[in-house]
Amino acid sequence: MAITRTHELHKRRFGRNLGVALTLGAFVLLVFGLTLAKLTETGPTEGFDHTMRPSLSEGTGQ
Amino acid sequence: MSELSPSLTAEHDAEFGDYVALLKPRVMSLVIFTALVGLLVAPVPVHPMVGFTAILFIALGGGASGALNMWWDADIDRIMRRTRSRPIPAGRVRAEEALALGLALSALSVVMLGLATNLFAAAFLAFTIFFYVVIYTVWLKRWTPQNIVIGGAAGAFPPMVGWAAATGSVSIEAVLMFLIIFMWTPPHFWSLALFMKSDYHEAKVPMLTVTHGADATRRHILIYTLLLAPVGPALGLSSIGGPATLSATVILNLLFLKGAWAIWRRSTAEAQADEFAVEKRVFRFSLIYLFLTFGALLLDASLRHLGWGLV
Repeated sequence: MAITRTHELHKRRFGRNLGVALTLGAFVLLVFGLTLAKLTETGPTEGFDHTMRPSLSEGTGQ
Repeated sequence: MSELSPSLTAEHDAEFGDYVALLKPRVMSLVIFTALVGLLVAPVPVHPMVGFTAILFIALGGGASGALNMWWDADIDRIMRRTRSRPIPAGRVRAEEALALGLALSALSVVMLGLATNLFAAAFLAFTIFFYVVIYTVWLKRWTPQNIVIGGAAGAFPPMVGWAAATGSVSIEAVLMFLIIFMWTPPHFWSLALFMKSDYHEAKVPMLTVTHGADATRRHILIYTLLLAPVGPALGLSSIGGPATLSATVILNLLFLKGAWAIWRRSTAEAQADEFAVEKRVFRFSLIYLFLTFGALLLDASLRHLGWGLV
C-alpha cells in the first residue's frame, strides 16, 4: 500500500515536469545535431596527436 | 499593467500546455512559415540542420515576444472577449511567470540563432522582439490608432530574419517580402476590428474603429489594399519571383481589392444586418492571401532549383 496520497495537482505537476524534461532533452539533441552539422560544413579536420607529422607542421612554418 | 493577487493556492499550478499557449502558437505558425520561405528563397544554401535550428529559434523568439505581450496586456486581455481565456487572465499562469519565460526565451533564441547562423540575423531577431514588445505593445498599442500599421512591422520582419540567417545581410528582395506583410497587416486587422469593435472599445484600445469610426476604417482598408496591390507583382518580377508568384499575386490582389471595395461600399447598418458577412469573408481571405503569396515564392524557388525558372 502506498504511503503517500496523490492529488490531481501531482498529476498536473508531473505533466509539466515531463514537458520540461522532454524540452531539455530535445535541446540537448538539437545542440548535438547542430554541432555535427557545423563540423561537417568545415570539412575534415586534423590535429596534432603527439606524433610528428610533417604535413601539419609545414604549413605553420614550425 | 494591473496588479494580480499573489498565487492563491497550489491548485492554480499551470500545465505545460499553458506555457505553450503563452507563446501564441497560431501567430508562431505564421512566423515559422514566412521565415522559412525567407530562408529557402535566399540565394545561399543552408545545411538542413542549421536551417531547422534557425527557423526554430526565430519562431521561439516570436513566441517569446508573444509571452511578453501577454504579460504587459494582461489587464486588457481580461476585458476583451477574444482574449479572456488566455492563460494569465484565466488565472492559469501568473504574470511574473510569463515575464520570466518571455525574457529567458528571448535571450535563448537570440543567442542560439547567432550560434547557428550569424550575428546579423541574431541582432535582427533581437530588434524584432524589441520592436514588438516595446514599440508596439508598450508604446503604440494604447496610444495611437495607427498602432497596428507601425507595429505590424514586427510581424513583417521574420522573412527578412530568415533571409539574413542564410545570407548574413538583407537585400531588396527581403525588403519586398517585408513590404507585403507590412502593407497587408492594416487591412487584415482592421477588417477583424470591424466586427470585433465592441471588444476593443471596452478595453479602451485605440483601434481605428473606435477612434475614427467604421466608415473611416472602411476607407483605410481600401487605401491600404490599393497600396499593397503593386508589391506582390513587384516581388514576382524580382530575382526570387517567377511565373507562379507573378500570376498568384496578380489574382490574389485583384480578389483582395474586390473585397476591400465591397467593404468600403457598404454601411455599418448593412454590415450589421448580415452580421458582417463581407468583413468576415475578407478577413478569412486575408489569411489565405499571405499563405498563397509565400507559397508561390516557394514554388518559384523549386522551379528554379529544377532549372525551370524564367531567370
